[in-house]
Amino acid sequence: MDNIEKKLLTKRFGQIDPLSIDDYIAKDGYAALQKAVKITPAKIVDSVKASGLLGRGGAAYPVGLKMEAVQKAKSPEKYLICNADEGEPGNFKDRYLMENDPHQIIEGMVISAFAAGATKGYMFIRGEYSRPIYIMTNAIKAAAEKGYLGQNILDSGLNFEIELYTGAGSYVCGEEFALMLCLEGNPGRSTFKPPFPTTEGLYNKPTQINNVESFANIPHIVLDGAEAFAKIGTEHSKGTKLISLCGNVRSKGLYEVPFGVTIRDIIEKLGRGVAGSGIKMVQLGGASGSCLPANMLGLALDYKEMADDDLTFGSGAIIVMDDSIDVLDIVRNTLEFFRHESCGKCTPCREGIEHLVILLDKFIEGVATKKDLELLETLIETIKQTSICGLGQAAPTSLRTTLKYFRKEYTSKIKKHHAKVI
Amino acid sequence: MQAKEIAQRKGKTPDRLISILMEYQKSKSRNYLTSEDLKAVAGEMGLPESRVFSVASFYSLLNTEPKGKHIIQICRDVPCYVNGSFNIREELENALQIYIGETTKDGLFSLEYTSCLGYCELAPVIRIDQKIYGNLTSEKLVEIIAGYRRT
Repeated sequence: MDNIEKKLLTKRFGQIDPLSIDDYIAKDGYAALQKAVKITPAKIVDSVKASGLLGRGGAAYPVGLKMEAVQKAKSPEKYLICNADEGEPGNFKDRYLMENDPHQIIEGMVISAFAAGATKGYMFIRGEYSRPIYIMTNAIKAAAEKGYLGQNILDSGLNFEIELYTGAGSYVCGEEFALMLCLEGNPGRSTFKPPFPTTEGLYNKPTQINNVESFANIPHIVLDGAEAFAKIGTEHSKGTKLISLCGNVRSKGLYEVPFGVTIRDIIEKLGRGVAGSGIKMVQLGGASGSCLPANMLGLALDYKEMADDDLTFGSGAIIVMDDSIDVLDIVRNTLEFFRHESCGKCTPCREGIEHLVILLDKFIEGVATKKDLELLETLIETIKQTSICGLGQAAPTSLRTTLKYFRKEYTSKIKKHHAKVI
Repeated sequence: MQAKEIAQRKGKTPDRLISILMEYQKSKSRNYLTSEDLKAVAGEMGLPESRVFSVASFYSLLNTEPKGKHIIQICRDVPCYVNGSFNIREELENALQIYIGETTKDGLFSLEYTSCLGYCELAPVIRIDQKIYGNLTSEKLVEIIAGYRRT
């Protein structure tokens, strides 16, 4: 079988001891930073823009544009945040990056700080990630001892430190504003946008906040050049993507592939297919992602191709489910997740999800009517359109996409005849 | 350990609040903070009690009710669910003789659900205190629980 993997961010995995900065340095580590401080911040921003790197946390916003916005912002203090609050069900890629090659992330952050003019960095890791917290703490200390963090880094004039903060159990804190509120010592409840973090972020200062995988890409762009980076992938999606492959596949695990490979190839060639009789459904991105039937798995991992079908692959989880599952049961499980994780601030999310569950239960119990189906679809749209943050907006996605691709599962549960009221 | 000590060591700026509460809780035998504890932290940090209470009640790793010495969390999200987390819950309920959400009479274990722990490649997964256990089977669960009972 041909190998569809492409190892860029994972190429040092298993080759180095994550607790040894010398191992990292021996494998081209911090060479990109050495190169970066000899060029101008503006040129680094141009290079990141030219690379076509899109944010890997799920929203796919161009990383170079965030960097540029912070660079152009006028403020004596600017912050950089690495979002390692990986809580989307099905995702574990950031954990692998932190556990296996922590300095790659730190190097990406320092280069970004140099480019954006950030004065302080924050690493925000979810509280449940005990081992990543331990490894990143060690790596930050080692980087500071070697002079890659601190005052006048590599004689560049850059003063930059990274402080590690941990979450305390809250999915919504992966959302950037909730995360920043958590960093400031508050409950993580999202706020309206704009303003965006690049103008008013942490402590109301311009802030570049990016996902772990986004930062991990930066050293490669600087070292290999934007052109070489942009050659990997497709016209609209550059580079590689880390895939958290899980569910009912035979070989669950983390894989790195260039953009453009199909979902089916990832499942069949890397995951060695499902153990059961066949694939019933695949959820892309995690709990907030779309649910697809088996006949759509020829779709390529490509931002544009997905968007054309009104789909996204979020942060790259692929949850494969075999024939033994019940679609409505899975959707209910997903909704339960959002019901629990809703921060409760805005009504569409707090109350809306509750009512989605009530309506869905009517289908599961076989007592739903046609009117319930209409109501369900109106409610889905309302929650999607009016929730403050991404959590609420994405909460009904599994419901919305299964109504589209597995509609019979719902309509077959609608009561055919109404019992007469006695 | 007292709130004062922890706050002094970590710093008293509001951004330290969550980490202070986490560490304070860890020093307690029953894994939770009382109203008195929260008031003490508020006092030390010069923050309104309401702020400290709202943080303590918002985050799922912070508890305001007594828990067992060991907290067993079962992931209930789809990647674990399709790999048999439902069975894991039943097995643990039987082994501990409590329902999910409860604490054993001897105060040794609490059993609760958690949102995704980020170890989906090892599904089904549970977390006990700081430690992750994956690829669980009935036999493994029995061993794990027995191990905690011995210590």
